[in-house]
Amino acid sequence: MTAPRTIHFTLNGAAVAATVMPHQSLVELLRERFDLFGARESCGQGLCGCCTVLVDGRAVSSCLYLAAFVDGAGVTTVEHLAADGDLDPVQEAFIETGAFQCGFCTPGFVLMTKQLLDEIPDPSDDDIRHYLSGNLCRCGAYPEIVAAVKLAARRQRGA
Amino acid sequence: MSDATRVSSGQIGRSLPRVEARAKVTGAAEYIHNLRLPGMLYGKICRSTVPHGRILRIDASAAAAIPGVHRIVTAEDIRTVIAEPYYGPAFHDQPILAEGKVRHVGEPVAVVLATDPHIAEEAAQAIVVEYAPLPAVFDEIEAMNSAAIVHDILKPAGTFPDLKHLAGRSGTNVALDFHLRRGDTERAFAAAEHIFEHSFRTQQVMHTPLEPHVSLADAADGGVTIHSATQTPSFVRIEIARLLGWPENRVRVKTAFLGGGFGAKVYVKLEALAVALSLLARRPVKLALTMEEQFFTISKHASTFRIKSAVDGHGHITARQCQVFYNGGAYADIGPRVAQKSGFTATGPYDIPNVAIDSYEIYTNRPPAGALRGFGVPQLVWAYESHTDLIARALGRDPVEFRRRNLLRDGAPQATGTVMRDAAISAVLDRLAARLAWDQPFDRGAGTLKRGRGLAIGFKASISPTTSVATVAIAADGSCILYCGTVDMGQGSTTAMAQIAAEALGIEAEAVRVVAPDTDVTPYDMGTLGSRSLFHMGNAVRLAAQDARDKLAALAAETGVPPGANLPISEQFRRKYGMQAGTIVGAGSYIPAYAPPDSATGLTPNATPFWMVGGAGAEVEIDTETGRVRVLRLVNVADAGTPINPGIVETQLTGAAIMQLGFTLFEEMQFTDGQLRNPSLAEYKIPGIRDMPDRIEAETVDSAQQSGPYGAKGVGETGTFAVSPAIANAIEDAVGVRISELPITAEAVYRALRRAAGDQLEDL
Ligand code: FES
Ligand code: FES
Repeated sequence: MTAPRTIHFTLNGAAVAATVMPHQSLVELLRERFDLFGARESCGQGLCGCCTVLVDGRAVSSCLYLAAFVDGAGVTTVEHLAADGDLDPVQEAFIETGAFQCGFCTPGFVLMTKQLLDEIPDPSDDDIRHYLSGNLCRCGAYPEIVAAVKLAARRQRGA
Repeated sequence: MSDATRVSSGQIGRSLPRVEARAKVTGAAEYIHNLRLPGMLYGKICRSTVPHGRILRIDASAAAAIPGVHRIVTAEDIRTVIAEPYYGPAFHDQPILAEGKVRHVGEPVAVVLATDPHIAEEAAQAIVVEYAPLPAVFDEIEAMNSAAIVHDILKPAGTFPDLKHLAGRSGTNVALDFHLRRGDTERAFAAAEHIFEHSFRTQQVMHTPLEPHVSLADAADGGVTIHSATQTPSFVRIEIARLLGWPENRVRVKTAFLGGGFGAKVYVKLEALAVALSLLARRPVKLALTMEEQFFTISKHASTFRIKSAVDGHGHITARQCQVFYNGGAYADIGPRVAQKSGFTATGPYDIPNVAIDSYEIYTNRPPAGALRGFGVPQLVWAYESHTDLIARALGRDPVEFRRRNLLRDGAPQATGTVMRDAAISAVLDRLAARLAWDQPFDRGAGTLKRGRGLAIGFKASISPTTSVATVAIAADGSCILYCGTVDMGQGSTTAMAQIAAEALGIEAEAVRVVAPDTDVTPYDMGTLGSRSLFHMGNAVRLAAQDARDKLAALAAETGVPPGANLPISEQFRRKYGMQAGTIVGAGSYIPAYAPPDSATGLTPNATPFWMVGGAGAEVEIDTETGRVRVLRLVNVADAGTPINPGIVETQLTGAAIMQLGFTLFEEMQFTDGQLRNPSLAEYKIPGIRDMPDRIEAETVDSAQQSGPYGAKGVGETGTFAVSPAIANAIEDAVGVRISELPITAEAVYRALRRAAGDQLEDL
């Protein structure tokens, strides 16, 4: 399994360094080395979105993203959103609309919604379906998730 | 926490967000998935590559030589720590690791232990197993009379007295046969004006919880602690204690929140293996399955249902015959219970005087099947509600009117002879028809896009008799802790139980802390399954909280608090103990009445403590050029008694309906010669946001379960019951073809359209 190497990156706003193996995935690194459990490995194939994190502001499936690739990048996990103790408006909207049941998929949906609203502040139904089509929720909370996205969008626009 | 504010009531019917909502949106919620223990080893499983075969040789030398491998474990090693390593809730038929032979592809044969999961995985793949193939059988009907026998001898577990007669039987794949006879079906068929006979099938599907199965075992100091994503901590404790020959108090089972369960995580799954591995390695061991491995672990029964009805000249169903065959796969799991309990309701929610039901659980060489959100009932409703619609159409009767005419009403005996009570079947049908505006004209589409609508209604007998126990502790500052073993896998039980306890105590639900299941701490509970918890545990929690409330009243009297005086609880404790000290413990235990079915007739005066009723209506659009089915609108109406938390009930109903939508339209475990072709989310598709109907609605009818806690009853499965037949009925309404096998893919519809046009496509 060849040689480890040391990488430097920004994790949730702080400069960090880690020694990683070439085969090591980002989700593994976050969990094993940094005790960040918000990103979870479920399908391990880039198909469910449970492992979603933001790399330089873009959502990626961290189960397929090699840890070595974040060298020099900025990584944001769900834990960062409420780091100051206050929930992000997206998180609040998920609570208010009841947009989850077991909650296993929730961090992934929250982060994907963050990216959606960053790029499209007033998303249409189709935009929502497009952005969230890579996230799966086996509990079937989709109707409430759509409602959450719309609520968060309204709040953020101040409408 | 200071004294909880005392309020008279108001906790029931409150849609407060889940108590753990913040932890779930911040990613902080605890799942066993996240757990690591100091000194822990990872286990990776080497699985069978043949569906049925004798194990000739296991060569682990190459695997053992990989640096970092701690140990390779086979069945022989397991026997050194567990003398009789077979488990299962209904039959002790499942080996912890395959012994002598394998019975399905993906069966665990050996395990590699290593500190690095990647090394364990690499080594597991390096194990070479040689098999001598045996004849295998995969279809439930063929398995009824097959030369291929999955188990040489049947080994019922003894947990269920009605399986005893199967002990020691050989030469059969029938793991349970349940028979019910009421009235005189033969005579009724002879006298019938019309006779209808159909056959329906369902496919094997998988629960697909997004948190895959995971268990850790830590055996030390003559005891073992098991951390497991399980829906049944008490059962796991009892079963592991039995396997080890230890008292229950040396086995501790802990869970956290589950990332979905749906019946996948009931009874023993990985726990026995994890315990054996930890005993062998003398270190904690973690077994965490991949998504792929879940497909080989547990699934939902494929089934065949032959149904035949007699109808008189007034449109009354006078007799119904049901033959149901459940494909249980290689190990019984809870399948025999599925076959029997669902058998109770196989004739549907109709008042039919003459019924005959034969329900079979059958071993085959497929991965095992167990309980999946409905305990066999969605398979039944699929058949009897498709059948009922076919009859109504053939007789030229409106499907709603025909159902109404035959509906089972409170006060009438159901197939088992049990008199119906608190089952709002009529109300569900009425609300469904009203929501769909059934008596109004309907837009039938145009051109190649044809529209149709359909509905269906199903019901289920809750699992019985089962026990739940709860305790409530009031601390000296008046704050309250609830100890209950119900596992929250997303259904919101933590919140609902807090609401029930709070209601009984006259405080706010937010003031109750609910302890996560831990068999060293939380009392016995039969399990979080079959929509039983809100009713059974809810009753136990209410009793426990009332007991605590009575003891508080006694404390008030003892400390001289005049009735009506609003003295804080903390002050009462202080008066009694002279300082902030003491605990009041309230206990509650609940087991409903039940009468087992007569072994000859299958009849019982008391089949269940409560009935669940679920109806669904669908509006669909079919592209006649491709067969594609678009569900435009999906309506679910349920009898959930009096909802404790209406918001959560609604998400349970729509969530269940969405899951069933996947089982209806596309999900299917596909096999070639017993080899599963699609064990991954890449090829086994579950519903995504794009599969949502344009409109999805849920409603609960006004009703109350008199024996339930504050009128409530279970609802976790109800939303699944009627979705599939509602869609098939809508498809026939739209394009005039009948699909009798799930899933209803575009290909199936297109083939049916071509067949109907007399232009049949060749089979592939
Ligand atoms: S675990 Fe990464 S996408 Fe499913
Ligand atoms: S809330 Fe359970 S998977 Fe989405």
